[in-house]
Amino acid sequence: MKKKVISALLCVAMVSSMLIGCGGSDDTTTPAPADDAAAETEAEAPADDAAADAEAEAPADDAAASAEGGSVYYLNFKPEQADDWVALAAKYTEQTGVQVDVVTAASSTYESTLKSEIAKTEAPTLFQVNGPVGMATWKDYCYDLSGSELYKNVKSDDFVLKEGDAVTGIAYVIETYGIIYNKTIMADYLTKDYAVISDVAEINSFDQLKAVAESIQANKEDLGVEGAFTSAGMDSSSDWRFKTHLANLPIYYEFEGNGYSSVAAIEGTYLDNYKAIWDLYINNSTCAPTLLSSKTGDEAEAEFALGEAVFFQNGTWEYGNLINAGMTDDDLGMLPIFIGAEGEENQGLCTGSENYWCVNSQASEADIQATLDFLAWVITSDEGRDAMANTMGFLTPFSTFDDGYVAENALIKAADEYIAGGKTSVAWCFPTIPSETWKDGVGSALTEYAAGTGEWDAVVTAFVDGWATEYQAANN
Amino acid sequence: MEKTIKKYFPIFALPTAAAFTVFFIIPFIMGVYLSFCSFTTVKDAKLIGFSNYAKIWGDPTFVHALWYTALFSLVAVISINVLAFAVALLLTKGIKGTNVFRTVFFMPNLIGGIVLGYIWQLILNGILARYDLTLTFSEKYGFWGLVILLNWQQIGYMMIIYIAGIQNVPGDLIEAAKIDGATKFQTLKSVTIPMVMPSITICTFLTLTNAFKLYDQNLALTAGAPSDRSELLALNIYNTFYGRNGWEGVGQAKAVVFFILVAVIAIIQLRATRSKEVQQ
Repeated sequence: MKKKVISALLCVAMVSSMLIGCGGSDDTTTPAPADDAAAETEAEAPADDAAADAEAEAPADDAAASAEGGSVYYLNFKPEQADDWVALAAKYTEQTGVQVDVVTAASSTYESTLKSEIAKTEAPTLFQVNGPVGMATWKDYCYDLSGSELYKNVKSDDFVLKEGDAVTGIAYVIETYGIIYNKTIMADYLTKDYAVISDVAEINSFDQLKAVAESIQANKEDLGVEGAFTSAGMDSSSDWRFKTHLANLPIYYEFEGNGYSSVAAIEGTYLDNYKAIWDLYINNSTCAPTLLSSKTGDEAEAEFALGEAVFFQNGTWEYGNLINAGMTDDDLGMLPIFIGAEGEENQGLCTGSENYWCVNSQASEADIQATLDFLAWVITSDEGRDAMANTMGFLTPFSTFDDGYVAENALIKAADEYIAGGKTSVAWCFPTIPSETWKDGVGSALTEYAAGTGEWDAVVTAFVDGWATEYQAANN
Repeated sequence: MEKTIKKYFPIFALPTAAAFTVFFIIPFIMGVYLSFCSFTTVKDAKLIGFSNYAKIWGDPTFVHALWYTALFSLVAVISINVLAFAVALLLTKGIKGTNVFRTVFFMPNLIGGIVLGYIWQLILNGILARYDLTLTFSEKYGFWGLVILLNWQQIGYMMIIYIAGIQNVPGDLIEAAKIDGATKFQTLKSVTIPMVMPSITICTFLTLTNAFKLYDQNLALTAGAPSDRSELLALNIYNTFYGRNGWEGVGQAKAVVFFILVAVIAIIQLRATRSKEVQQ
């Protein structure tokens, strides 16, 4: 009889612990009995996970009374500004009571994070695509923004992605990249007798860039640097600088030369130039080319910030990181990426956007409205504009920023000077790259070429043949 | 007692059965269904038949990953089991500090795969840097890096199982062998090994399936670089699913093929080693 009672008790304990374990995130679940230690620990684990959700729900519930009812979930693409977005979201919640969650996907994991997040019940209401090719994947999830405050204030349709008449994505930041250089070391170099130029402005072609880089590399001990260029790391935290941003130049010149804006099969006319600039990067760097496959973006950034290298291919988004690492505005300048194409003395920096905001059309009506309201607040309120322009350092395409909220920093200034000096900005053609697989193929081939385990022909194959097959795969 | 157990069987089995259904059977059936679909997210799947399966074999990275994984499993299974058995033999000889050694050897198994991967990446890259090389320089470095890593992680665990097996070998059998004039090697070959055959079965099963399904260590150590050539099957499946738009279904189909493959290999291995087990 006693045994029966014990086993019955055990059963009850087991079943109840299971119920509690499974229903941990549900508010209505009865709390575990205090003496049932096993059940308690089980119930605690999911409760912790759900803490964030619970927080998210609480203010949203309050707001339900004030006719809003929705909440915002922003899946952010830019790790550099992750904390700034969280701070801005908190400010908005404080003012309006509408909950805004910001999640930032780690470098190179945005697409996979989005893919799994958007299938959830609590899906992102606001996400990003990187241009027309990204839009092709996500167009079924994009809400038509044509009636939104955002679209009303965007300066031109150049910053907008459209599907027919529907506005599916709107760019929120215009960025510029090139070769960032350390002005202080460069000034030191110019005083040396082995300097091949007397002014930085003389670097206006690939040959000049090469001559300067090689003379810096040859005299690196005297200048106190490790190399002319930072390591061209091909780790996934850094390889986009070369397989995407650097690859943009040969693509841009081919597109310009033939007058098209996207293409099914690329010819690779400027691939020899691509090879020349890549050779320059890897042979005049802080480390041996065989080590590049595991060098990270952080390492390159640190080398540049510590003054171990003079040149660093990156963009305006890197400004905050470099300042935080101890550099000053006077240290920073930017040069165009010269690859030896014809007429490049008039070439400026590469300017464009691959950050388009999209609102999830499959979210609830209330959430969509809450998201649109949040975006309107971001681009019109003082706090929002201040955060975007001054804290995050974004140059935006919205007219609302014109009265005193234009981002100012040494790198953006450098970009403006090139435009003021009548140079032609290089457009961002890489959003038309047919797929991520293409980029990976080119990146791998570049890495192997640098390491000496592969031939340059493999890069050409990945670039030209890869484009055709990936374009077909994406458009059949 | 028997009756009581029978009576309460459903209640005892229910929590596990429910959890097993929710977290294993349902996702598994969904997974198989999705392998016949075209989809961006798992919610908007459209049936398209077998074309995902047809695409698998046209994907060179999958075929490469298959061979790479097979070779890796073979090397890992042999090295782990031989070394674990040797260590177990040493640590049942009654040397001083046996317990300390057992604990130390077992410890690596308590560290998670991702952490292990990064630790070994640092160590190996640190050594290779002296020769201006890195782990991702060529697939060979990644291969041997993974073998070393997995050995380090699993030898301790398998050692514990072997120790339990060796301690269960009846002393009178060993004594009888000694009296008959058997050498130490003969005793090992004809008495100890046949008697620990059950341990060998379970250890080879564990190492084989673990090596075949290895994912986090692979991700942390090389992430498939260079050019996806140090990519094991599990990572290949993940990369197909998440890394390539429009190929989600293909990734799913690969996962189904992978499941069948692991199941078949495991069953064959179990049959083969079981048949060698002796009754005491």
